[in-house]
Amino acid sequence: MSAENREVKIQSAPLPEYTGDTTITREPSQAILEAVHLRKYFPIRQLTLFGKGLAVHAVEDTSLALSPGRALALVGESGSGKTTMARMLARLYDPTAGELLFRGKPVKVRGKRDLRAYRRHVQIVFQDPFSSLNPIHDVRYHLSRPLRLHGHAHNATEEREQILALLNRVSLSPAEQFIQKYPHQLSGGQRQRVAIARALAARPEVLLADEPVSMLDVSIRLDILNLLLRLKDEEQLALLFITHDIASARYFAEDTLVMYAGQTVEGGPSEEVIQRPKHPYTQLLISAAPDPDRMQVEGETASTVPARGEIPSLINPPGGCRFHPRCPFAMPVCKERFPRRSDLGGGHWTHCFLYGDGGSSGEEAQNASKQTSITSTPRNL
Amino acid sequence: MTTVSSIAGHVNSANKLLEINNLNVEYYAANGTVHALTDVSITLERGQILGVAGESGSGKSTLAYAITRLLRPPAVITGGQILYYPQHNSSLLGNTAVHKNSRAKNASSPGSELVDASPQAMDILQLTPTQLRSFRWSELSIVFQSAMNALNPVLDIGTQIIDVLHTHRPTLSKDARHTRAIELLRLVGIAPDRIHSYPHELSGGMRQRAIIAIALALSPELIILDEPTTALDVVVQREILAKIIGLRNEFGFSVIFITHDLSLLLEMADKVAIMYAGRVVEMATCAELHHQPRHPYSYGLLNSFPTLHGPRRRMTGIPGFPPDLRAVPSGCAFHPRCPCAFDACNEHLPRLLPSTSETPEQVVACHLYDPRFNTEEPPSNADFAAKYEANYEAIQGRRNLR
Repeated sequence: MSAENREVKIQSAPLPEYTGDTTITREPSQAILEAVHLRKYFPIRQLTLFGKGLAVHAVEDTSLALSPGRALALVGESGSGKTTMARMLARLYDPTAGELLFRGKPVKVRGKRDLRAYRRHVQIVFQDPFSSLNPIHDVRYHLSRPLRLHGHAHNATEEREQILALLNRVSLSPAEQFIQKYPHQLSGGQRQRVAIARALAARPEVLLADEPVSMLDVSIRLDILNLLLRLKDEEQLALLFITHDIASARYFAEDTLVMYAGQTVEGGPSEEVIQRPKHPYTQLLISAAPDPDRMQVEGETASTVPARGEIPSLINPPGGCRFHPRCPFAMPVCKERFPRRSDLGGGHWTHCFLYGDGGSSGEEAQNASKQTSITSTPRNL
Repeated sequence: MTTVSSIAGHVNSANKLLEINNLNVEYYAANGTVHALTDVSITLERGQILGVAGESGSGKSTLAYAITRLLRPPAVITGGQILYYPQHNSSLLGNTAVHKNSRAKNASSPGSELVDASPQAMDILQLTPTQLRSFRWSELSIVFQSAMNALNPVLDIGTQIIDVLHTHRPTLSKDARHTRAIELLRLVGIAPDRIHSYPHELSGGMRQRAIIAIALALSPELIILDEPTTALDVVVQREILAKIIGLRNEFGFSVIFITHDLSLLLEMADKVAIMYAGRVVEMATCAELHHQPRHPYSYGLLNSFPTLHGPRRRMTGIPGFPPDLRAVPSGCAFHPRCPCAFDACNEHLPRLLPSTSETPEQVVACHLYDPRFNTEEPPSNADFAAKYEANYEAIQGRRNLR
C-alpha cells in the first residue's frame, strides 16, 4: 500500500457519515479508533550549554483500541500519562511518534479543516466542568457552536430543536429552562452534563472522557457514569474512560488498561485485571484503593502496602521498567529494558518479567504469579 | 436536650474527650440565613477515630471549624456547647481561676449543670481568646482541606515547624526545638535532612506529611483532619492514612476524620457519623454501618461507591440534589430524595433514636425506625436496593416520556 493510499481523506463538514475508503475488509466489531505505539515527549525549553535538550517523557509506546459500544478504562496515578493519551487521541497534542488509526486508516491532520473533520468523529469531555465551560456564554451558545460548525443545524429552528433534544438526552430537564442558563447558575453535575451534551452535539463515534466525575460530589458521580453508560449503549459510542479510581473502572468499562509513568503495564477485560491483577503495580493500586470489605480482616495496623515511594520524574525516568525502583520484585533485568508483552490468556496481558518476556503464559509465569500474589496476603491499614 | 444528656450519660465519662451538645451554626448571608449545622450532638472518646461523612454542603467542614472556634462572621454559633475533657489539668489552660471564670460565664446557659457535673470539662465555646490560644495546638489541632497549600512557600518546613514550637512553647531552647522538629519529621516518615526543604521541593504526599508533623508538634489530644487526602493519589493516600493510624496507636490521640469518601472511613474509623443538610442522620460503628446501614441516605451514600468485589450490578446513587440550606425541607430534610419516604416524613422531624433493640448504639434519625410512624419491620439492604432501583426506573421513565 502506498503512502498516499493509506492516508485517510477526511472531508470537512457537513458530513452525515464518515466517507473514508472502507474497502479494506474488517470485522464488524472492529476497533474504530486505534492508537499504535504512541509516544509523547514534551521538550523543556531551558538553556543547556552541553548535551541534548531535556524532555518530559510523558507517554511511551502506548497502544490501545476503542470499539463501538464498548468502554475502555485507562487507570493510573497522576503523572502516569493518562490525560496526555486522551489529548493525543483528541488531537489536542500531536504525538511525537506513533500512529492514530481511525476506522483502520491512519489519521493525517493538516490544518484546521482536517482537524475539524476529525473532531466531528472524536470528542472529548474534560475533567473540570467549572473551567471547561465559558462563563460569559449561556448553554444555548455552548451547544449551538458544535451544531453549526459541524453542519448539523442550518437555521435557528433546527438549532433550537436539536439543542432541546440534546439537553433531554443528558437528562437536563426542563430543557427550555436550561437553554438560557449560564454556567454559574448550574451545579457541577449539571455543568458536566452540558459538557457531555456539547460533545454529543458533533454526533461523534468516539467519546473521550477525561476523569469526568472526579470533580463532582459523590452522590452525583454515579448519575453521570450511568448517563455515559446509557449513551454508550444507545448510540454505540466508543468510550475512553480515564480514571484514577480502579473500582469505578470495574463498574464502568469492559476493558481496563493500567498505565504507570507513561508506560502501559497491564491490560485486558476489567474483571480479569481487577480480580486477578498480575503486574506488581496493578496489585499495588488495588491494594491501596479504599475497600470497606477489607476492614473485617483481622490484622495489625502496620502498613502492608507492598511498595512505597511516588511516581518518578519523567524528565529523567528510570531505565527499563519504570516501576522497578518501587517494585518489591525488581530484578536486575528490570533496569535494563522494558519487558515485552506477555499474554496471559483471555485477552489479559502484562509487561512484566515475572511473567516471562513476551510469549504466552507458561508454567513459569503461573509459578511466578503464585509467588507474587500480593493480593492474597491479608492487608490492612 | 434531655435525650442528649441521657445518651451522653451512658458513656464512661473518664474516657470522654469531646462532647458536642445541640450545636447550631448559621451563616447570615444577604439572601437568607443558611442553617449550616442544626442540633448536632456527637460524643468522642479518647483514642477514637470518628469519621464524619456526607455530601458537599452537609456541614462537615463547618463542624470542624466550629470545634476549633475558627468560624468567622457571617458564620455564627447560635447555640449548643462543645465540652472538652482534658486528661490532666494542664497548666497551659490557665490556672483554676480561669476555669472558674469560664464557668461563671456559663452559669446562665442551660447546659451549665453538665459543666458542673464533671469538674474538668470546659466549654470550648466559652474560652477567652487567651485560653483559646493555649488550647489550640496543645490540646487540639486541625489539618485543613487544602493542606497541600497550607505551607508557606517562602519558608522551609523546618522553620514552619519550629515556628509552632516557638509560639506555643517559648521556654524551649533553640536546640530542643530543632531536635523536636527533626523528631517530628522522622515520625511522619520524612528524612530529617529534608528539614531545610521548601514546600515546592516536596511532593504532595510529603507536604501532607509535613502538615501532619506540624499538627503533631505539641502532642495534642485531638486532631481534626478535614479531607486530608482528597488531592492525593490512592497509593499516597493509603500511606498517609496508615501513618495517621500508626501515630494514633503510638500516641493515643483522638481523630475526627472528615471526608466524603465513605468507603475510606469504613476501613479506618471506629465510629462514623453521617451528615445530611446540617444534621447527623445516623451514627454507628463501622461494622454496624457496613453490615446494615439504617438511614436510607446512608445506604444511598454507601451505594454511591463502586466496589472491587462482588457482583457487578447497576448502582443508582442518590437521585436529586442536596437541599438549599436557606430553605431546608420540612420534616426530614432528606424526604424529597428518599425512595422510602412516606406521609410522616414531611410533617415530623425525626430524632436520633436507637435503630433497633439489637443495635442500641446505632442511632438513626428516620421515621422508619420509629414505632409511632412505622409499625412494619424496618427495611433491609435488599429493601433499600429495590426501593432505590424502582425510584431510578421511575425517573428514567419520566425522562423517556418527555
